Amino acid sequence: MNRQIRRVAVVVLVGFMALLAAPLYWQVLAAPRLANDSRNTRVLIKEYSIERGPIVLADKFEVATSVRSKQRGDPLEFVRRYPQGPRYGMVTGFYSLVFGRTLAEQEFNSFLLGRAPEQFGQNVTDLLTARETPGGTLVLTLDRATQEAAEAALGARKGAVVALDPKTGAVLAMTTFPRYDPNQLSGHNPEQIRRNWERLINDKNGPLLNRAAGALYPPGSTFKVVTAAAALENGVSMSDELPSPDVFDVPQTSADIRNFGGSSCGGGTLTLTEALEISCNTTFAGLGVKLGSEKLAAEAEKFGFNQPSPYQLPAATSSIPEKQDVPATAQSAIGQRDVRASPLQMATVAATIANGGRRMGPFVARQVVSDKGSVVKRFEGEDFGQVIPEQVAGDLRDMMLQVVENGTGVNAQIPDLEVAGKTGTAQHARGRPPHAWFIGFTGSGDRQIAVAVIVEEGGNAGSEATGGRTAAPIARQVMQAYMGGG
Amino acid sequence: MESRRNVELSLLLLALILSVGAYVIVGLAADNEVPSGSAGYGATLAGLFLGAHMVLRWKAPQADPILLPGAALLNGLGLVMVRRLDYAEAAKDNYRPEAPAQALWTVLGVAVFVAVILVVRDHRLLDRYRYSWLLLGVVLLMLPVLPVLGREINGARLWVRIGPFSGQPAEAAKIALVVFLAAYLAERKELLATATYRAGPFLLPEIKYFMPLLLAWAASLFVLFFEKDLGSSLLFFGVFVILVYVATGRFSYVATGLALFVSGAVIAYNLFGHVQVRVATWLDVWKYYNDRGFQLAQGLFALATGGILGQGWNQGRPDFIPFASTDFIFAAFGEELGLLGVTAMLLVYLLMVFRGLRIALAAPDDFGKLLAVGLVTSFALQVFVIVGGVTRLIPLTGITLPFVSFGGSSLLANYALIALLCRISDEGTPAPAGRPAAPADTGEVTVVR
Repeated sequence: MNRQIRRVAVVVLVGFMALLAAPLYWQVLAAPRLANDSRNTRVLIKEYSIERGPIVLADKFEVATSVRSKQRGDPLEFVRRYPQGPRYGMVTGFYSLVFGRTLAEQEFNSFLLGRAPEQFGQNVTDLLTARETPGGTLVLTLDRATQEAAEAALGARKGAVVALDPKTGAVLAMTTFPRYDPNQLSGHNPEQIRRNWERLINDKNGPLLNRAAGALYPPGSTFKVVTAAAALENGVSMSDELPSPDVFDVPQTSADIRNFGGSSCGGGTLTLTEALEISCNTTFAGLGVKLGSEKLAAEAEKFGFNQPSPYQLPAATSSIPEKQDVPATAQSAIGQRDVRASPLQMATVAATIANGGRRMGPFVARQVVSDKGSVVKRFEGEDFGQVIPEQVAGDLRDMMLQVVENGTGVNAQIPDLEVAGKTGTAQHARGRPPHAWFIGFTGSGDRQIAVAVIVEEGGNAGSEATGGRTAAPIARQVMQAYMGGG
Repeated sequence: MESRRNVELSLLLLALILSVGAYVIVGLAADNEVPSGSAGYGATLAGLFLGAHMVLRWKAPQADPILLPGAALLNGLGLVMVRRLDYAEAAKDNYRPEAPAQALWTVLGVAVFVAVILVVRDHRLLDRYRYSWLLLGVVLLMLPVLPVLGREINGARLWVRIGPFSGQPAEAAKIALVVFLAAYLAERKELLATATYRAGPFLLPEIKYFMPLLLAWAASLFVLFFEKDLGSSLLFFGVFVILVYVATGRFSYVATGLALFVSGAVIAYNLFGHVQVRVATWLDVWKYYNDRGFQLAQGLFALATGGILGQGWNQGRPDFIPFASTDFIFAAFGEELGLLGVTAMLLVYLLMVFRGLRIALAAPDDFGKLLAVGLVTSFALQVFVIVGGVTRLIPLTGITLPFVSFGGSSLLANYALIALLCRISDEGTPAPAGRPAAPADTGEVTVVR
C-alpha cells in the first residue's frame, strides 16, 4: 500500500506546484496589466484615501488642499480643492480623476502623496505596518500680494505676467489670462469633469494654456537688450555713435527696415544708450548685421535661449536660429523674424541683468515640509554663473534706467525707486495689432524684482511707444506691489 | 519521544508570535495604536494551543509535531484577517462582525481536537462502528435537503439551521464517510484487487467490484443535484477514487473513476445552469465582469494589487471582493501579504499534507493507512479546489480554505481531522527504547488488536 501512497504524494506535489504557480502568475506576470485595468479601482481609491498634502505660499496660505468628500457613499475619501479658484492654476495645475495631473500636482506628485524616497520611514509605526506616510506640504515661492497685483494689473487682457527674484530665480508672481479654475476638473463627478474639460479645450482663447511659461512670442524690441549685450561684449561702448538712419537698407534684399510708423530716429547717428532709449530699429538692425547671426545667437544662449528651460514645471524652449542670412539677422536683432521667447525667458533676461550678469534658473517650488513640520526637501534655482561680464550687465542696467527715466518706458516709473526696463511692440501677423511687451527690474539688496509682461495684440501698429503704454503700467503695478510690501 | 513535543512547542510559539504580531499590526494600521484586545487575543490563543499541546504530551506523546502548529498558524492568521475585514465592513449598515464568532469557533475547534485525542485513544476503535459512520455520513449529507431544517444560501443548499445554530453538515459528513471507506476498503481490498477479467492488455477485477465506485459517483451527483454543492461533490468523489486506488493498487479504478468524473461533469454541465455559468466565467472572467464574474475578477485584482510583497495588513481593499472572509480569503491574503505571504501559506499546507502522508506510510495497520490517506487527501483536495478556483486554475467552486476561512463547521471538522491524524501518528511511531509505547491505562487497545 505504501507504493500507492508515495504515488499519491507525487500527485499532491504536482497539484501544489500548480497552486504555487497560479499566484506567481497573477501577482507578478499579470500584475502590471491588472493593476492598470480601468475597472481596478483599488489604485485610484488608494491614492484618494491619502490626505494629499496641500500646496501653500511662503506664509502658509493654501492654494491647493485636500478635504474629505461630503458626497454620500463616495468611495474616494478626499477631494482636491483650490480655494483661490483660477488664481494659482497656472502653477498648481489640476488633479483630476479623469484627466490625471498637471504642473506642480504632477511634478511633485510623489511628495504630495508622501511617497518620495525622502519621506520614507518618517516614523516607526509607518515602517512596521507599511502604512503610507502622510502627504507632504509643497511650499511655493509665489508672493501673495505680487501675484494678486499681477492678476489685477493684467485684468481681462489676453497675456501673461512673470516676476522673478533676480538673486535666486524664485518666481514671485506668474499669471496668465484667460485662466481656468482647477476646481472644475478636480471633483469626483466624471461626467461633470468631462463636460468642463470639453468646454475648456474647445475655448479658442486657450484658458488651459499657461502663457507665462508655455507660450512663445516674438520678443520684439525687448530683445534689443540682448543685441545691446552682444554689442557691448564685442567692443561697442555705450557712448559710441552708431548709424541710425530713418530707413536701414538691408543688404541682399529689397525689404528695408524702418522705425515704427516710419518715424525718424532723429537722423544721423545715435549713441547705444540713446538708441535703446527711443528703441531705434535701424540702429539695432545695423548692429545685428555687423555682429552677425552667430554672435547674436551666442549672446541669446547666455540668457537661456535654445536650451530647455530649467524651470521646475513644463515650459517652452525659447529660440533663435544659429545661422541666418543677413536680412534675417537684421530682423532678429530687433526681436522679429524667427526669434521666439516665452515671458518667463524675457523675465530671466531682465533678472540676469539685475543680478549683475549672473543667471539664476527660475523655480517656483521652494520646499517640501512633512506633516510634522520638518523640511523634507529643499529646491533652488539652477545657478548658471556669470553668463555676461559684470561690467556689461552694469552698462545694460544704466541704459535700461534711461529707458524708464526718459525713454519709451516712462510709464514704469515708480516714485523714489530706480526702475530699469525695456519696452517692446512685436509684430506677429500681417494686419493684426502687435503684442505689447515690457521687461524691467527694480530694487536692491535682498529686495529685488524682475518682471516681464506681455499683452497679446495690445499694441498699436503705428507707434513703438505702445509697449510702453500698455505693458509698462502693468509691470509698474507688479513691482510696486512687491517693493511696497517689503 | 520528548523531542517531538519540544519541536511542537517551539513551532507553536512561533505560530503564536506571528499571529499576535499580525493582530497588533492590523490595530496599528487601522487606529494607530496597539489594539486593546491584543493581550486577550494572545493569551487566549496561547492558552488554547498550549493546552492542546499538553494534552498531546499526556495522551499522544509520539504524535506528529507539525500538524498542531500548522493549524494554529493558519487559524491565528485567519482570525486576524477576519477581524481586519470587520474593520473595513464596520461602516456598512446592519453589519455583524464575524471575528467574535470565529474566535468562539476556534475555542470550540480546539476543544474538539482535545476531545478527539481523549476519546479516540486508538484509531482502531473507529473501525468497530463502520456502518454507523456510513449512516451518520449519509444522514449528515442529506440534512440540508430536508424541508424546515435545510437552508439555501447563495444558491447552494448545504446549510442546516436548528434554532440559533446553523452549520454545514457536509463538513462533518466528510470525516464520517472517510472513516467508513477506510474501514470498508481495509477489509475488502484483496477482493477488490483481484483481477480476473482480461480486457486487451489489462487485467480487470470483476464488474461487481466496480459497484461501490458507481454508488459513490451517484452519491456525488446527488449532492450536486440537490445541494448544488459542486465543491463537496468533487471532494467526495476524488477522495473515494484515491482511497480505492491506494487500497487496491489498481489503475483500472482510477481510469474508471476519471471516466465517471468526466461523464458526470458532462451531465452536470448540460443539466445544471449554475455549472455552465461557473465554466463560462472561468473561461472568460472579463466578459462577465459586471455580473457573475465580478467576484473572481475582484479576487484577481486583489492578487495583482498585492504583488510580490503585498500592501501590508489593513492597507489593501480586500473588502471589495464579495465573500472575502470565506471563499475568497486567499485573495485577501494575496492582496495584503503578497506573493510571499500566500506562498508561505501554501507551503504550510503542503507541509501538513506531506506529514499526513508520512503518517499514512508509518501507520501500523491498513485501516490506519487508509484513514490517514483519506483524511489528508480530503484536506489537500479542499485546498486545491478553493485556491485553484480563486486563482482561476480551475472553475470556481465555493468551499472554505481549511483553518483560514470564516466558518464554524469547517473549523470544527478540520480540527477533528488533524486530531485523528495525530492519533494515528502516535500509534505509528515506535516508542523510544525503555519506554512503554502507550500508557498502562489503554488496556482496551490490546483487546482490539
